Amino acid sequence: MESLMPPPVRRIAADRQATVAPAPSSNGGEPALDGAPARARGLSRPDRPRVPAIERMRAENLVLAYGGKPAVKGVSLPIRQGEVLALIGPSGCGKTTLLRSLNRLTELTPTATREGRILLDGQDVDQLEVTQLRRRISMVFQQPNPFPMSVFDNVAYALREQGKKRPGKKELAPQVEEALVRAGLFDEVRADLQHPALRLSGGQQQRLCIARALAARPEVLLLDEPCSALDPKSTEVIEELIVRLREEVAIVIVTHNLQQAYRVADNVAFMYLGDLVEYGPTDQIFHAPTQHRTREYVGGAFG
Amino acid sequence: MAAAAPKRTGAVESYSTWRWTDRLALALCWACGIALCVAAASILLYMGFRGLQYLRPELLFERPTGAVDQTKSGGILDPILGTLMLTVLGTAIAIPLAVCVAIWLVEYGRPAGLARAVESGVEIVAGTPSIVLAIFGLIIFQQPWLGWLSFTAEGGGVFGRSLINASIMMSFIALPLVVGATREGLNAIPGHVREASYALGKTKAATIRRVLLPAVRPSIATGTALGMGRIAGDTAIVIILLGNTLLIEPQEGMPVLGLLTGTGSTLTSYVYENSPAGEGGAYEKAYAAAFVLLLVVLVLNFAVARVVGGSSTSRSNLWNR
Ligand SMILES: Nc1ncnc2c1ncn2[C@@H]1O[C@H](COP(=O)(O)OP(=O)(O)OP(=O)(O)O)[C@@H](O)[C@H]1O
Ligand SMILES: [Mg+2]
Repeated sequence: MESLMPPPVRRIAADRQATVAPAPSSNGGEPALDGAPARARGLSRPDRPRVPAIERMRAENLVLAYGGKPAVKGVSLPIRQGEVLALIGPSGCGKTTLLRSLNRLTELTPTATREGRILLDGQDVDQLEVTQLRRRISMVFQQPNPFPMSVFDNVAYALREQGKKRPGKKELAPQVEEALVRAGLFDEVRADLQHPALRLSGGQQQRLCIARALAARPEVLLLDEPCSALDPKSTEVIEELIVRLREEVAIVIVTHNLQQAYRVADNVAFMYLGDLVEYGPTDQIFHAPTQHRTREYVGGAFG
Repeated sequence: MAAAAPKRTGAVESYSTWRWTDRLALALCWACGIALCVAAASILLYMGFRGLQYLRPELLFERPTGAVDQTKSGGILDPILGTLMLTVLGTAIAIPLAVCVAIWLVEYGRPAGLARAVESGVEIVAGTPSIVLAIFGLIIFQQPWLGWLSFTAEGGGVFGRSLINASIMMSFIALPLVVGATREGLNAIPGHVREASYALGKTKAATIRRVLLPAVRPSIATGTALGMGRIAGDTAIVIILLGNTLLIEPQEGMPVLGLLTGTGSTLTSYVYENSPAGEGGAYEKAYAAAFVLLLVVLVLNFAVARVVGGSSTSRSNLWNR
């Protein structure tokens, strides 16, 4: 049981150490936070420094359907830099669909249709050139998917802009290194930047995908269950990274792991069958949800 | 008295629980697999034995002559070069065409009707016997406006037979195999890999060039190796379109172009002519040439795996492990 637990994330400037311990779980084997909500509230979250929040994106009355069958029904949400937004909800409730619509990836699915507006810095994303948009809003997928090239080239690929004269390896090296450092991977791959990326372990591959997504300095980072294939150690590295990055990038993370949502998110959106049931600060969603569906869903995790 | 250790049961259920038909079927599966191994080994061993028995090193470097006396009929240098040139040219034409077809089919494939038509086209080419391709090629290449591809007689009659003409028709033999393998490779790449590239703001063209093509290189190599084997082994096109002249006969006055538009023969036609089936009845030479043909195909396969498939390090496209 103990080995299944993601170790507690240590916050920068945390004065008290978060204690997370395995407890008899009431939710299908999911490890639960030790103690009652009140205690958890006092322990795990508020210690991290608040950073100023700036609204970067906004979804307005977003309706997404596949072949006429709605998957997301009228969702409105703000996405802020400085605050991590977690999307939670049972399988099939439309989290991935919502996330993919933000950088217009759903438009690649022929049957998918969209209504409602998505704004990036006040501008409708439909008016932006799609490759430009996706350079500003990058995404990390559930399955690690490095490209069949070297570790270095994976990151450099993201940096090379379309249509421009390709900058050489020498010019890109500092930026590649920086992206790898930011994703917490550089120390492990320092010696073999030229090795094929598909030879890395799953956790390293996922951090490479994050490095790749960060390399072009996006303004918004979308993460779709980025840790679902990872071990506790890699998960911890990525969670720390998310918390650290939220100052510079607006982050949306989809996760099935409620503890993870609790650890990294400032705001949580709970979806159910395509509806946004409840949206609010993490503490409120986990400890004082107003909707009974939310209470039912998060209740299992926090006793 | 120590009790006997309880017997551990096997991980697989015992065959005694099987119906006799199932047992028979399983026995047949074993037998067929082993029989295939035996067949392959006997071909290799017999050809190797015969080949080594009759192959003398100087055969490889001497040009053949038409002499009936086998001590004076020379070596097999020209057929070897013919096989090499024809195979390399044929695959060199086939690979780019096939990769384009496969990419269009998998990554675009719209309108659906056109995609189905292209698929049927590939299947028809795959199913056409090479003798039919050869005859068709001859009709086409004897058209006056294609005369520059081969030798034109004084009166303006186009011969229609040349290395380049034979290579073009040979490429149709390799094409469906490369298309098939490349399609399979592309289909095996998960959709989220493409999306990951789009999500970095990359165009579809950049995604195909930098992500998909490197990922399918091993598949292209597999298809190419199969195609090369077929080209090197084909006789009909050699006899009808390469001219089947014992010697490589370039056209006069043009260094490289003369070779391409000239005629020649290959190991397959050489084996055919010299085997008891042909007119020569020089089976020693036929065995030696057949053995060399086997070696040439093996060497070409190895070369393809290295050149097209890339180094073994890039051959780990395992997103779904
Ligand atoms: N490409 C598609 N074509 C048709 N329907 C789809 C497609 N993708 C998703 N759906 C449907 O849309 C709904 C929402 O799917 P989505 O993938 O967004 O769920 P999710 O919340 O991400 O689930 P999970 O937690 O299991 O990943 C589901 O009912 C699903 O069947
Ligand atoms: Mg999902």
